[in-house]
Amino acid sequence: MIVKENSKNNFEQCIKCTVCTVYCPVAAVNPLYPGPKQAGPDGERLRLKRPEFYDEALKYCLNCKRCEVACPSNVRIGDIIQTARINHSKSKPGLREFTLANTDLVGSVATLAAPVVNATVGLKPVKAIMDKVVGIDHRRIFPKYSQGTFEGWMRKQRKAQSTFEKQVAYFHGCYVNYNNPPLGQAFVRVMNALGYGVQLLDKEKCCGVALISNGFIKQARRQAEVNVRSIRTAVLEKQLPVLATSSTCTFTLRDEYPHLLGVDNHDVRDEVELAVRYIYRLVQQGAKLPFKADAPKIRVAYHTPCHMEKLGWSSYSIELLKMIPSVEVTVLNSQCCGIAGTYGFKKENYETSQAIGEGLFRQIEASGCDYVVTDCETCKWQIEMSTSKRVLHPLEVLAQAL
Amino acid sequence: MTKEYDVIIIGGGATGAGVARDCALRGIKPLLVERFDIATGATGRNHGLLHSGARYAVNDHESAEECIRENMILRRIASHCVDETGGLFISLPEDGLEFQKKFIESCLSAGIYAEAIDPKEALLLEPSANPALIGAVKVPDGSVDPFRLTTANIIDAKLHGAEVLTYHEVEELIMEQGRVVGVKVLDRKSGERKEIRSRIVVNAGGIWGHNIAKKAGVTINMLPAKGSLLIFGHRVNNVVLNRCRKPADADILVPGDTISLIGTTSSKVLFDEVDNMYVTADEVDLLLREGAMLAPSLLHTRILRAYAGVRPLVASDDDPSGRSVSRGIVVLDHATRDGVEGFITITGGKLMTYRLMGEWTTDLICKKLAVDAKCTTAERPLPGSSPQKREQTSRKIHAVPTMQRESSLYRHGDMAERVETSTSAKRSLVCECEEVSVGEVEYAINALEVNNLVDLRRRTRVGMGTCQGELCACRAAGLMAEHGKYCTRRAKQDLASFLNERWKGMAPVAWGDTLRESEFTMWLYDGVCGLTTKKEEEK
Repeated sequence: MIVKENSKNNFEQCIKCTVCTVYCPVAAVNPLYPGPKQAGPDGERLRLKRPEFYDEALKYCLNCKRCEVACPSNVRIGDIIQTARINHSKSKPGLREFTLANTDLVGSVATLAAPVVNATVGLKPVKAIMDKVVGIDHRRIFPKYSQGTFEGWMRKQRKAQSTFEKQVAYFHGCYVNYNNPPLGQAFVRVMNALGYGVQLLDKEKCCGVALISNGFIKQARRQAEVNVRSIRTAVLEKQLPVLATSSTCTFTLRDEYPHLLGVDNHDVRDEVELAVRYIYRLVQQGAKLPFKADAPKIRVAYHTPCHMEKLGWSSYSIELLKMIPSVEVTVLNSQCCGIAGTYGFKKENYETSQAIGEGLFRQIEASGCDYVVTDCETCKWQIEMSTSKRVLHPLEVLAQAL
Repeated sequence: MTKEYDVIIIGGGATGAGVARDCALRGIKPLLVERFDIATGATGRNHGLLHSGARYAVNDHESAEECIRENMILRRIASHCVDETGGLFISLPEDGLEFQKKFIESCLSAGIYAEAIDPKEALLLEPSANPALIGAVKVPDGSVDPFRLTTANIIDAKLHGAEVLTYHEVEELIMEQGRVVGVKVLDRKSGERKEIRSRIVVNAGGIWGHNIAKKAGVTINMLPAKGSLLIFGHRVNNVVLNRCRKPADADILVPGDTISLIGTTSSKVLFDEVDNMYVTADEVDLLLREGAMLAPSLLHTRILRAYAGVRPLVASDDDPSGRSVSRGIVVLDHATRDGVEGFITITGGKLMTYRLMGEWTTDLICKKLAVDAKCTTAERPLPGSSPQKREQTSRKIHAVPTMQRESSLYRHGDMAERVETSTSAKRSLVCECEEVSVGEVEYAINALEVNNLVDLRRRTRVGMGTCQGELCACRAAGLMAEHGKYCTRRAKQDLASFLNERWKGMAPVAWGDTLRESEFTMWLYDGVCGLTTKKEEEK
């Protein structure tokens, strides 16, 4: 027979088992969202007939990709939905989307006057204005900006880091750079303890995940091209692995670039990974982590971020945590916390966002843990806002125990 | 009680429905009898191509002219059944450009707008077309949904006084003094037999009309020619693709509603085979191989099903393929032809010319009944096809989710307002592939003469999507039972026969995802739900 194996229309593999909709965190709480099967493969067939079949309700998709993890037929449901939004959505991004999406720009301005910004965005009248005028929910608590960026700190470290024979490149992301340089510093400490020096990429831009979800596709593509070029230099010329501490940045660099933005990264994709995975492999190969004997005992509960689930890598974080003698680990059910980056900041999504996370918040409160640990910064904001617990990154826990 | 009608029309295809509507609009009281459901014969088993006539332009000037005239009329009167996609006749290197010149000349002389365009432009217009093409001609082809078209004609006919009996099979023609004066029918649902009388009987039975004519002792030399087609899972093309060469096998690719269709083959079959058409492996192979010449991506597109229809051609010579036979309309007045009064046969023609066939037949009926009324079917829009009302309906159902609203409007035109959408229960979906809601199914059950799931499919597309009944069949059967269409036992039987009918179409192309999905369907119905009719038969 002359029939070829694979179609470029991946949605054809759907056999309508509907397990994706069962796993969709939005469909469970928001009846306005048609669910991944309807919005994805079913809708795609209709949109191929006529673009008028595009339903603006697709904006309720979190892009958590839990549908794709659940799918037994390998349908890239989340990609289909996001691509449809990119191609068909008529709603133009506004001021709110611009502010939320441009993490680089906003971050670099905010860090210059961090104490003022942090104090201002916490004020009730400011929140009221942002709610009414901009459409950012007043109940949302903003992440704090730091004084000085991680990149600034790293510049001072360059000499010390270059003394290590073995080197890795670090994709720090906007959050580490503008909000939480101590996480980057913890990463550097851990890597140094393992005998590796850390260096930055030639040029790093925001991975673009917020640009994609807010409809700034061209800008996202430009930034992706810059990042892939820098990653190529690191991987192909300097023979360095590129490590990151954010699960969403990692996922975006590896998979969203080729799937949603059409930016080819196949030659370097496998060399971009999460630090926890790299470190776990080093330990497996015999590297020793010098744990303190007198570290205080803590109980932590690990939360699996959606993109970590999609990467399939949460076990690396969990196993690393289990290696720390002073840490007792419980694993929370893998479920979405509801924030999904900038999604939960939007006024119209606040209720959905909190309803999605409700089960998780309850489980956290009941777990009796001292800290929640997770690889995603936006999960951290959501959990810290919605529960009584502080949230740490696995590498922060690790660094504290060294 | 015997009721007298002016006309009894045998056959519920597009032609019969067209005759019934035309009669009713001219004040003649018709009864339409159909042994199964509407559009079960050749009407529902073709390409659904809104011919521009271009295909016939070179060889059959008369058919071409008829086509383009009816094409323009249908766009007006049946807008909700028509998709104005446009069409391309592409020339591949092996075809050469020789034929193109003659083709364009013939089109223009038949009144068909035909314009040669640059191959690059053709690929922009239809990206799925074979990139090797060396020439392309733009023509006003489109697609037409035969089920909707027939349904709309029936609705309008009934609105103007026609009566319709589906699942009534004509067993005999009542003859009195060499005159046909009525029919003896078998009610296939109740098993009852009855006589119905009329002043004229019209035989619009398509290929089955051959046997109906025999009942009056009349011979029509028909030539059953089987045509097979493949349905692809989604729209591969949005513009009708044809080969610019002498008409041959599998050289038309039509985008119809959510799917694309490639066809057809042509082979002679025997009369005793016409009730049971199977698509063979060789035909599937041929359709794919030739289809890929039009659009290479067909080779790796999921095929939903295969089906075959029988063309009711009237033989004018003994061409074995049935292709060089005229597709022209044949109206036979058996009074002048055979000395049998009160009996007319309408045959030949094609879906495209169903209205004209109705007009000619009704003209003859009028003459016989001495009724002085003009045909208005070319001007009066069919129910559902009023552009102004469509706009109103669209606004009225604005709160319905986009995909469902657009699907409902696409299928029913302005009649979509009859679909109940007021509660979320009515808006919940029965068929997820084709976005058919509970409200739409209930509308079909209550207003569009639905007796079983297959009938429902013809009215709504339930079960016509990629899942082929996997999710919707049981929901629809539940609704049918709820609305008193049948009991639980009959519901189970109907469910089984519906799924078997779906499988019949999938079997010739059962590989890859189509096979996977049908396996999954079997797990669900047989494995999980325990739907099996075998055990009951054993008892």
